[in-house]
Order: sequence, then C-alpha cells, then structure tokens
Amino acid sequence: MEKLGIESIDELFEDIPEEIRIDGIDIPTGKDEIEVEREIRRILKKNKSFEDMPSFLGGGIKPHYVPPAVRHIVSRSEFYTSYTPYQPEFSQGMLQSMFEYQSVICELTGMDAANISMYDAATSLGEAARMSKRVSRKDIFVIPKNISWEKKSVLANYARNAGIKVKEIPYDSKGRADISAIEKYAGEELAGIYLENPNFFGIIEDRIDEINEIKEKTGAMIVMGVDPLLLSVVKPPSEYGADIVIGDGWMGNPMNFGGSRLGIFSCRKEYVRQMPGRIIGATVDKNGKRAFCMTLQTREQHIRRGKATSNICSNEALCAIAFVSYVAIMGRDGLRKVAMKNMENAKYTADKLLSVGFEMPFDGDFFNEFVAIPPVDAEALNKKLLKKGIHGAFSLGRHFPELKNALLYGITEMHTREMMDKMVEATEEAMGDV
Amino acid sequence: MYRMANYDEPLLNEIEERKVGHIDIKIQDKIKRKELNLPSLSERDVVKHFIHLSQMNYGVDTGIYPLGSCTMKYNPKLLEEAAKSDKVEDIHPYQDELTVQGSLEIMYNLENMLCKITGMNAFSLQPIAGAHGEFTGMLIVRAYHESNGEERNEVIVPDSAHGTNPASARMAGFEVVEIPSKDGRVDMDALRAALSKNTAAFMLTNPNTLGIFEKDILEISREVRKVGALLYYDGANLNAIMGKARPGDMGFDIVHLNLHKTFATPHGGGGPGAGPVGVKAELKKFLPVPRIVKDGEAYRFDYSSNHSIGKVSNFYGNFPVLLKAYAYILMKGSDGLKEATERAVLNSNYLISKIVGEHYMLPFGGNRMHEFVVSAKNLKERGIRALDVAKRLLDYGMHPPTVYFPLIVEEAMMIEPTESESMEALDRYAEIMNKIAEEDAEVVRNAPSNAPISRVDEALAARNPVLKWDDFSK
Repeated sequence: MEKLGIESIDELFEDIPEEIRIDGIDIPTGKDEIEVEREIRRILKKNKSFEDMPSFLGGGIKPHYVPPAVRHIVSRSEFYTSYTPYQPEFSQGMLQSMFEYQSVICELTGMDAANISMYDAATSLGEAARMSKRVSRKDIFVIPKNISWEKKSVLANYARNAGIKVKEIPYDSKGRADISAIEKYAGEELAGIYLENPNFFGIIEDRIDEINEIKEKTGAMIVMGVDPLLLSVVKPPSEYGADIVIGDGWMGNPMNFGGSRLGIFSCRKEYVRQMPGRIIGATVDKNGKRAFCMTLQTREQHIRRGKATSNICSNEALCAIAFVSYVAIMGRDGLRKVAMKNMENAKYTADKLLSVGFEMPFDGDFFNEFVAIPPVDAEALNKKLLKKGIHGAFSLGRHFPELKNALLYGITEMHTREMMDKMVEATEEAMGDV
Repeated sequence: MYRMANYDEPLLNEIEERKVGHIDIKIQDKIKRKELNLPSLSERDVVKHFIHLSQMNYGVDTGIYPLGSCTMKYNPKLLEEAAKSDKVEDIHPYQDELTVQGSLEIMYNLENMLCKITGMNAFSLQPIAGAHGEFTGMLIVRAYHESNGEERNEVIVPDSAHGTNPASARMAGFEVVEIPSKDGRVDMDALRAALSKNTAAFMLTNPNTLGIFEKDILEISREVRKVGALLYYDGANLNAIMGKARPGDMGFDIVHLNLHKTFATPHGGGGPGAGPVGVKAELKKFLPVPRIVKDGEAYRFDYSSNHSIGKVSNFYGNFPVLLKAYAYILMKGSDGLKEATERAVLNSNYLISKIVGEHYMLPFGGNRMHEFVVSAKNLKERGIRALDVAKRLLDYGMHPPTVYFPLIVEEAMMIEPTESESMEALDRYAEIMNKIAEEDAEVVRNAPSNAPISRVDEALAARNPVLKWDDFSK
C-alpha cells in the first residue's frame, strides 16, 4: 500500500457505489486446514460408497476400476494446475496427451476426428443434434424412446432454441430402437437419428445392414451413443453408418456422483469444421520439429463470438488425460479382457436371477447392463436389500410406466463372484418377505 | 537461465510394444471386431511417457500465471486431498438418497454459501462450466419472459464482453446486440438506445474485462428494469469484489460463478470446472431440477417444480469440483475471502505501478481492480508486437498474460496477477516485461528459444489438419 501511496485498502474500492458497499460476508470465519479436513470427512462419512455397499445400479454409469498409475498421472500438477493450452510452447505435454486422446477415440469409434471433450454424454447429445442441423440444414432429430430421461431433458434444452424438433421412436420386443419407425420421417426434414450401442437397456446393436439401409433411405446423419469399452470388441460405428459418435468417457474417471466425467464427441472428416469444442492438431514449429496446438479455432467462441459452433470454453480436459492414460495402461488386450469380464459377469448375474424367478422382458444380447423383472414389487425389494447393505438395481418404472416393475442392472469387472452370489441370495431371501 | 524439460517424446503408438496374450472374444461373428490398433505397453513405459509430457507443461504450481480473466490463483493442496476419497469417487448418481446424505449436505451448504457471497436467493450447481452457466442463465431468461407471455428475442452485451456471452445467448436462441463502450465502461446512451421491449437481458461482467468497475451499475440496473429485461452477471471477475459488494445488491437477477477461478479449484488444462447459477427469489422456480432440499435433518432431491427449465447436464454437476470449492470457502471464511479480494486488487494495482510507463500504456482513465489491460502498441515501431512479448516471457519461465483480448484495445495484454503472488514475484514479472521491451527486437520476435519448441505453425495446422496419429502417414 505504501508503494501505491494509499492509506487504506478501501481507496482501491472507491468505484463501488457507497449504498451497495459491504464489509465482509455473512459466513463463518476461516478454519485451519486440520479443521476443514475433519469437517469434510465428517460430512462425507454419511455417504455409502461402492466399497461400503456393493451396488447393482445401471443407467449408463457404473463402477469401474481406475488403475493407480492413472491416478498418479492425472495428479501431476503440471497437468492439473494448467489452463487451456493457449501458449503451445509451454503446453506441449498437455497438447500431445490430448492429441493421443483424440487418436484413441478415433480408433475406437472409427471416426476421423474427435474434440478434446464435451461436459458429459448428455451435452454431447445436445451438441450432436445441433451439429446435425448445421450440416443437413434440416430440423427433425429422431431419438429412441428408451434413452435416459436426463438425456432427453438436456437434449430438449439444446434443441428447442435451435429450431430442432425432437421425435421419439418406440422400442421393439428385443429392447432395441424400432428403426423401421424412422421411415415415416424419411421426407425432406430429417436431420439426424440417434441410436445407442449398447442402448439404455444394455442391448448390443447388431443390425449393421439395417442401419446402413435406413441411412441410405433417409439421408439423415447417424449419431451413435456408445460405451467405449464395448467398442474394443465390436465393430466400430463407422461400419454401420455413424457420422457422429458420442458417449460417456468414463475410462480412468470414477463415478463421482455423476460429475467430472467427459462427453466423447467425434465425427467423420467432412464435418470437422462444424464440430463444437477444442480440437488439437499436429504441426511443426519454426525449426521443423513436430509440435501440437489447438486448431480450427475459427469455429470457437473466443474467435467467432456469437457465430461460433458452440459456446463451450472450459471442458473436461483432465478427464481426457485420465481416459487416454487408462487406455494406455490397460492396452489393447487389457481393454478386451475387461470388456469380456463385464459381459461374463452380467450374464452370470442375469442367469442367477432367472433361476430365482426373475423374468427378462427383452431377448437381445446385452453387454454390462440388463433389464430384469422380479416376481415381487421391485421398489419394495430394493428397500429390503438396502437394509441388508446391498444397493439394488435401478428402478425403470418412474420413467417407463410400461416397465413399471422392471429393474436395470449394471454389472462390471468390479463385481466379484461373491458380491453377485450374495446379492442374488439376499434377493431371494427378501422376496420371501415382500 | 530458465529451461523447460525437453524430450523428443514419441507418441504412444510409436513406443515399442510388449507382447501380450490372446483374448478370446465371445461376440457373434457378424459384429465382432477384428482389428484394434491400440498400443500394448508396459506400465513402466506408459508412466515414463506421461511424466515426460507433464514436464513439458507449465502450471500454476510451476510459476506465475497471470492470464487475465482466468484467475489462475494457487490451488491449495488440501482441496485435492479432500476429494480423494471413495466417498466422493465411488458414489453412483442414482443411489438412494439415504446413502448420499454427505454429498447432498455439501451441495446444500455450498449453495447457501454462494447465496451469501453473491446476494442471490437460490443456486443450482448443475452447470459444468462458466459458459454452461451462461447458457443455463439464458434458458432461465427465456423461461421467465415466456411465463409472462412475452417473446423477447434480444440480448445486449458490451463490446468488451467475453466471447462466451454472445455465443451462449445465441445458443439459447437470442439475437445478440453488441453495444460500444465509452471510456472503458458501458456507454449509458448506447445502452438506453439499445434497450427496448424486445430486450430479454443485458449481460455484464463487473468489474469488466478491462478490470474497471462499472460505477453506473445502479443506473444500469434501473434502465434494464425499466424495459422489463433481466440483468445477467458473468461471474468471471468475482475475485475483485468478494466481501466488498454483491451482484445481488447491484441489481443483477441471474449470476453464474466460475468455481475454478474464484474458488481455487484447478483448471485441469481446460476442465473440469463448475459454473453454478444463482438467481433472485422470483426466478427460483425456473432453476434446473433436481433442487436439493432439507427436510428436518435429512436432505433430498426435489423434482417437483413445474416451471423448471429441466436439466442442463446429465446429473448434478461436477461433484469433486463442488467439494473442493466448499473446502476452499470453509478454509478462507468471511475474513479470508475478503482478504483474497483485497490482496488480488492490491497486487494488480501494484503491478500497474510497475508496468505502465513508456512501453506499456494503460488505455482509459480511472481505477483498476483485480486485473488490467495494457496496450503494447508503442512497441510496434520497434517491430515488437504483444504476441512477441508474450512469447519472450516464456524464455524467462513466466506465463504470459492473455493477449489480443478484449478486442477494443489495440495490442492488448490483459494481466491478472491474483492474490497468490508475492511482491517479489510481481517485481520480477514487471522487471522482465520492461526488459523485454528494450531487448533486441530480433531476439524478441524469435522467442521462445528456451521452451521445448519454438513458435508453431498454426496456419499449417488449420490448412492441413492432422488430428490423430493415423493422419501422419497420409
């Protein structure tokens, strides 16, 4: 203050009109580190984690293993305390990792380009619908009835104000989107079609020819929502017509109560200039050395302002580093092993549930989630299980009235044989009491 | 002399593979994947790879990072430790409310504290980033006018606004009306002329991107109210006023905050962040669902609002980021937050006194708060541009300011030192900025020479996009 020649700190705030000046905030005064740490632990203790209580919830998000090496890599503070890499010369580490992330996404999806992330899978869907309209200049976007209600709600917010009309198609007896219902939209106005693999009911998509055919008939953009793990063992969406591939980029990222995960966004090369978000490109420096930088920035808000393809600025970059380091640590065969383990465990649980009287309404092949209907009231069953220290599956009835008593199970490599056996045992026991 | 680590680090797919076993893929043939060109490496090699890359990256922990408008303050390590818990990470968003009381309590408390800090009546933590908060705010603006039976389609922004403001307004379906600034502030005449029955909202950052407090804020808010429009606060610069003034008292109806700026959660190379949105009581019913409510001692989600705009993201927001911000606010408290603001504004003014002079001029008169924008146009006659100064700073191991923004200042360099830097660090920064202005122009134009790479050919990257490793061979 002395050096500025001011006597009171208030002199620096004199532009604030007197009538609105305040002195302090009506919250407690600061605490020591140790107190804060204790306070946080005290509150968090009220949570029950997967470790405290095995959970069988599905719904597009599930527990997966995060290798310690991944945690170590994203804990490097040169990564996590950096800003968006506006100065490439000081950000080659982040930029190269991001470029590797894009490469890995493209390999899994079969797309030509990926951005460095959207906020989550739902906002990826919103942006994909908007991009379909920009590319096609048409305004109907078709979605299956059986996607999560959250995705529908987010999509509505992204679509409505862009003049996009969202239409739903039903699902068939196998639990798959009834793609024949799309034909009625095959007129002039169809911008895009959204399909999922696996879908919200866990069903794996195997109609390669049929989807290609629909695409040809309607000329619509195909947007595929995927689980990247499944793509390690099934053909990439590029082989069944996908123009944009999106998804929840869970790899290397914990469940986190649903937040701090990334939205995958990738597309065919002819549409790359219509993509939202940050894209990293390789180039050379002045001395001809390989280098990386943000590219195609004229799509973005900091250059184009109101005319940008999207308003996105901050994204989920560190989650993308977790993703690419997960893929690198697991490796090609490691991923496939985990994928098979997921499928095996889900099948094992489903078979056990069938043996105690559950029914499965859909007969399509499933990946690591499936729908099963208990012979007793599902919600009551879940309450009983909770009392036994087990979190039951996701109750579909709230959002799918026609599946009133159905449960959506999510099973991964995290579920041990013992957990699955115990859950089915407890279920059978509880069925007697319900 | 400063040197950053410099490896000729291969790409993951260029590292020698280790042989691994055969995996039996039990998938029907029709859809079974044949080829999967992903690397198979040892953990040792992967860790070495990413550690090398991290060493070729600069973060707040490395040194001063005065990017204007980005508030690159130090991220206390307690925040990181607090989030490393299975009770944060291994929680499923669909868990029974009884099993997530801890997460709900933290979110509930955080919402209340943000209300107190900003003078708003209710917050939603669902938006994932600042721009996402703006988009959410604009959806609320639309819902509000629609509920009054009005269709207003214009949003006004000053020409000094962040690029996200007009972009977010457009995404919510509004036409953007940009008004010119006068002496670095909102031109009241231009604002009055732009306001009409068609105005849905006026978006404003205060202090603005020049670091100047909009003194006429009460007049601005009266004028906006007069035509029935809403006043929107872009919270990017909240670090300048904590404990000194509140957007709510200034007349703002909707605010978004950037927890990754003001509340010290790390930027992660671009994210994850959090962009909570706060509103005045009459707009509460439009906030995204679910809301978090407290019944007695228990917390639960409330989906009942009929007027809600619905959802803007998949679940409830970036929970670990929310937790870190909560820990930061607990740690700082009312006194600490005010002190942070005072220190940030003091640091900024101190740096002005050291930097502004014959080389760097301060456009527009008046006071500056937590950040300031200088023009480097005087250096142009020596053939040195703002970009050159920025690149030369790298050679001294310092992160440059934001350059060429805001657009209304020629050769702009936007500097926000934050409260974290010591006077010694500021002295050193000013000394180097001034030294660069007097250095041999050729040296400055060719900078950096101490970074892992020299200047990159961005035009080539855009002209000939190489966006993944397969593109190299093409």
